[in-house]
Amino acid sequence: MRLDLLLRISSKIFLPFIILFAFYVQFHGDFGPGGGFQAGVIFAAGIILYTIIFGIKKAQKDFPEKIFNFMVPLGVIIFTVTGLISLFKGYNFLDYDALAHYPKHGQHIGIIAIELGVFVTVIGSMVSIFFAFVARGKK
Amino acid sequence: MIILSLMALTTLGIIRLRNLFSVVILSTIYSFLMATLLLILDAVDVALTEAAVGAGISTVLMLTVLYYTKVNEEKPKFKSIIPIIICLAIGGLLIYGTYGLPPFGASDTPIHTHVSVQYLERSISETGVPNVVTSVLASYRGFDTLGEVIVVFTAAIGVLSILKRDKI
Repeated sequence: MRLDLLLRISSKIFLPFIILFAFYVQFHGDFGPGGGFQAGVIFAAGIILYTIIFGIKKAQKDFPEKIFNFMVPLGVIIFTVTGLISLFKGYNFLDYDALAHYPKHGQHIGIIAIELGVFVTVIGSMVSIFFAFVARGKK
Repeated sequence: MIILSLMALTTLGIIRLRNLFSVVILSTIYSFLMATLLLILDAVDVALTEAAVGAGISTVLMLTVLYYTKVNEEKPKFKSIIPIIICLAIGGLLIYGTYGLPPFGASDTPIHTHVSVQYLERSISETGVPNVVTSVLASYRGFDTLGEVIVVFTAAIGVLSILKRDKI
């Protein structure tokens, strides 16, 4: 069959760990290094590895491109809405003290929410740009 | 020092080589060296980003571009003496500027005495987040981070609208 057997098997083994590491960097950002941007980039790198190994057709079937295109503005919306919630509760824009009863809980919720926004936008833009680049060669 | 000299060697290789495939691989090596340097400087976040974006994703994008173009760069049609002189002059000015900087790691400089002390002291009691980088990025300077996300968003929209021009 194809000659890239070793690459395919090894990347199949590695991929879950790459995705898991991305989520670790995402949710452990409060305590260790990392945050939304780094996690999003690692996640996108995992999907790009999948695309390189299995080809663009299979990747686009497994991860529909529309989802990633949709994710680009979605992250900005998550971020802005988090800011607007505190604005409507009578605090400053992006003041997370408003999000829970205790200010520290609010800070935690707010930081997780906006890191999620960053994460979503970064994955969406990286993978969309990559897919758009690769798809040009099909014609 | 070793890493910096390796980076200088890589850069010279990038300038000299005409084969673009080697140039892409050399710039990947440069990114990994840069990530190692940032790791030594304790900037783990930036090192992660550099390793993933600089060495990973941009290499893949560059290789994709090479797939659509020729691999070998053509000989330049004009002499490059004036650009070299401008580059050397600006580089010399920048190196001259570093002599005005405080010594490396000095703790009594303006950046270490103005707001960063406040962040380090108040991060735990105000946000409850042990990682000060995260609390500064997400909480104290949330507006900056929102701007960064919008920059990523705008860049993605721009690139996509160029690449998918024929589909719209």
